[in-house]
Amino acid sequence: MSSSASNAMSNTEPSGFYDLSGSHHPENGTMLGFWLYLMSDCLVFAVLFAMYGVLGGSYAAGPGPKELFELPVVAVNTSMLLLSSITYGFAMLEMARNRKAATLIWLAITGLFGAAFVGLELNEFVHLIDEGAGPQRSAFLSAFFTLVGTHGLHVSFGIVWLITLMVQVSRNGLTPIMQRRLSCLSLFWHFLDVVWIGVFTFVYLVGVLR
Amino acid sequence: MTHHDLMRFLFGRLSLDAIPYQEPILVWTFVGVAIVGAAVFGYITYKRAWIYLYKEWFCSIDHKKIGVMYLVLGLVMLLRGFSDAILMRIQQAIAFGGSTGYLEPHHYDQIFTAHGVIMIFFVAMPLITGLMNYVVPLQIGARDVAFPFLNNFSFWMTTAGAMLVMASLFIGEFARTGWLAYPPLSGIAYSPDVGVDYYIWSLQIAGIGTLLSGVNILATIIKMRAPGMTLMRMPIFTWTALCTNVLIVAAFPVLTAVLVLLSLDRYAGMDFFSNDFGGNAMMYVNLIWIWGHPEVYILILPVFGVFSEVVSTFSGKRLFGYASMVYATIVITILSYLVWLHHFFTMGSGASVNSFFGITTMIISIPTGAKMFNWLFTMYHGRIRFELPMLWTMGFMITFVVGGMTGVLLAVPPADFVLHNSLFLVAHFHNVIIGGVVFGAFAGITYWFPKATGFQLDPFWGKLSFWFWFSGFWFAFTPLYVLGLMGVTRRMGHFDDPSLQIWFRIAAFGALLIFLGIISFIVQLVVSIRNREALRDLTGDPWNGRTLEWSTSSPPPEYNFAFTPHVFDQDAWWDMKTRGSERPTTGFKPIHMPKSTSAGLVLAVLSAICGFGLIWHIWWMAIVGFVSVIATAIFHTFNTDRDFHIPAEEVVRVEDQRSRLLAHQV
Repeated sequence: MSSSASNAMSNTEPSGFYDLSGSHHPENGTMLGFWLYLMSDCLVFAVLFAMYGVLGGSYAAGPGPKELFELPVVAVNTSMLLLSSITYGFAMLEMARNRKAATLIWLAITGLFGAAFVGLELNEFVHLIDEGAGPQRSAFLSAFFTLVGTHGLHVSFGIVWLITLMVQVSRNGLTPIMQRRLSCLSLFWHFLDVVWIGVFTFVYLVGVLR
Repeated sequence: MTHHDLMRFLFGRLSLDAIPYQEPILVWTFVGVAIVGAAVFGYITYKRAWIYLYKEWFCSIDHKKIGVMYLVLGLVMLLRGFSDAILMRIQQAIAFGGSTGYLEPHHYDQIFTAHGVIMIFFVAMPLITGLMNYVVPLQIGARDVAFPFLNNFSFWMTTAGAMLVMASLFIGEFARTGWLAYPPLSGIAYSPDVGVDYYIWSLQIAGIGTLLSGVNILATIIKMRAPGMTLMRMPIFTWTALCTNVLIVAAFPVLTAVLVLLSLDRYAGMDFFSNDFGGNAMMYVNLIWIWGHPEVYILILPVFGVFSEVVSTFSGKRLFGYASMVYATIVITILSYLVWLHHFFTMGSGASVNSFFGITTMIISIPTGAKMFNWLFTMYHGRIRFELPMLWTMGFMITFVVGGMTGVLLAVPPADFVLHNSLFLVAHFHNVIIGGVVFGAFAGITYWFPKATGFQLDPFWGKLSFWFWFSGFWFAFTPLYVLGLMGVTRRMGHFDDPSLQIWFRIAAFGALLIFLGIISFIVQLVVSIRNREALRDLTGDPWNGRTLEWSTSSPPPEYNFAFTPHVFDQDAWWDMKTRGSERPTTGFKPIHMPKSTSAGLVLAVLSAICGFGLIWHIWWMAIVGFVSVIATAIFHTFNTDRDFHIPAEEVVRVEDQRSRLLAHQV
């Protein structure tokens, strides 16, 4: 392995001051660029987690997590999102096999799971607001709604993106450009899953324990 | 629906009262802006240049043109930001005792806020982004950036933010909170009008542009370097650009998030930073400085790179201590995240926390000092040419060291308790920002101007500009150090003690000198454009440069390099020159390039419309704006016709012309 790597290095060590053959093509930077964007998005969530960490106990004489959170509902919700990540993985496997119809089907299933997740979350929000535990009630609830809501917005945005890509795949087929775009959305989708695991653990589980 | 409801729906909070007729200063400013604007508009129309501008510049995704547009934006906004500065200097020079000056407090407060916001976000940021955009791809031997369309989009988002700030001058008002808009003052209870909303949305829109341009330049540097250019062969300017963009990607999301939280407090009645219901205003101050401190390094690192290039070129020597320069840059990048709390030692975090942040702050002066010595040792035994960029660099070295030392003073928490929020602090950060970022931007502009245009800048007016700026800076800010030590606080529009007045008058005189420096710079541009034939440089390498941007023609062709260069040394072009590399003149091939598009401009205009709707609570406009942004972005992704090949014949034509010019030169 190391010898082949060093061979590759010496092969790329150029001769002459110019690439006269025109063989040098810079690598495509899309996946790296998208990864950098995701890391920046991760920092947005870091700020929201930090806010929740600081304000999560500021109930302002209002309700706290124990009275508000219904873990069974959240568990169903979480499983929707985790399943959607698995089905997205299946879609990527089908993409690698260059099977357009199967890819589209798995993508559609992923979108449905995502929509179910957003739907359950909205239902939870409406329920909380009806109980008088809206985001204006206390700093804790402001931080809760913003953290969970920002994640939900990301998922909703991901669904719009998913539909767009499904239309494009059905029109263009699994071209290299479409494969790259599906890979970007795949990163995004799994990233949201990881963030949600943080939300589920630190907001819901720890909240109910506290 | 009553008439009132209808008007409320259509115009939100906006009414004719929002136009400040009753403020003569603003009315005259508007008249001035309108006349200048009409003149520029008329001139472009007269020259029939609109279509050319639109097609060749506004829609261009050529990193060089976008870089130039950033620089133009920065220089235009410098005029606005400086107008604010001179208004404040005059006010403080006359508003003593019985005299209240000519600015009312609510107007004065807007001016110092706008001055800070504009100078940082819409002058300093566009200037350094412009330099990075123009120079980095050329220095690494690339033909464009990694995401050319995003580059154009980023520029227009920054411009859209700047336009919103400018709109606040004549429609409504700007924030009266200081440039970081601390709550609870910036909350809805104490700032119920549109000022803070202008602040929030202009920064959010411009911030998207900055973040994307950070991702873009980062991916460009990592993925698109010419063969042979290992990381430790990158020019120092590219290194500093790399570190700055790491900081941008890692800091701007925090600004975005904290401004979202402030908006939620203001628009949705949440309680993040309010005094009621458990909010915590100090969280805002922490978060905004977690962005804000890296931000000052985002500004200063690239100009450290500029100075490194300039010192090495004009001393005719390889840069002293290249590796230590790289490591110093990286250390500063990391440490810049560990010092934010020194902006508010007075918060009362306790001795241990304050000591930690005081010590980390002092440690930053070590890598910075190492850089300073590297520049000095580069000059030592060098054959120094005192050209304009070198003058700016030496002015920087003297000025910045003083600013750095007052910074170390402020890093001592007990001293900071005395000097916090005083004019000493104001003098300190102007000392490093003018003495560092502004001098560096001018060094960079004068250094790379012949590359971008093909002719040099007139040295006489340039020297005049430099000496006015340099002396003006010291006249304007030394008095503020003195006043700060005497305990005078910042952001005051009126003073009682007449014994202080003389210092403010000296400072106003300094501002006048800087004004002359700016005028000289403008004259320099005009004179240089007039005499461009006499100042013409046909070689593409007027300074006997060392890095790859000087290996191509001035201005460079659209594709930068007909053949991608191979790199064997950190001073790649110097290496090529000393080892007798021949410029290839045959065998040209078609070159693959991205196509221009109007999508970036359209998206930015729609974003500005959405922002305007949000500022004035015109909800239909905000919704329409937002939905159209998303729809346009999706529509744009359906366009797969994004690139083309420059035919080989065209490359041959351009390169043959250069061959003729070079032969003519010899």
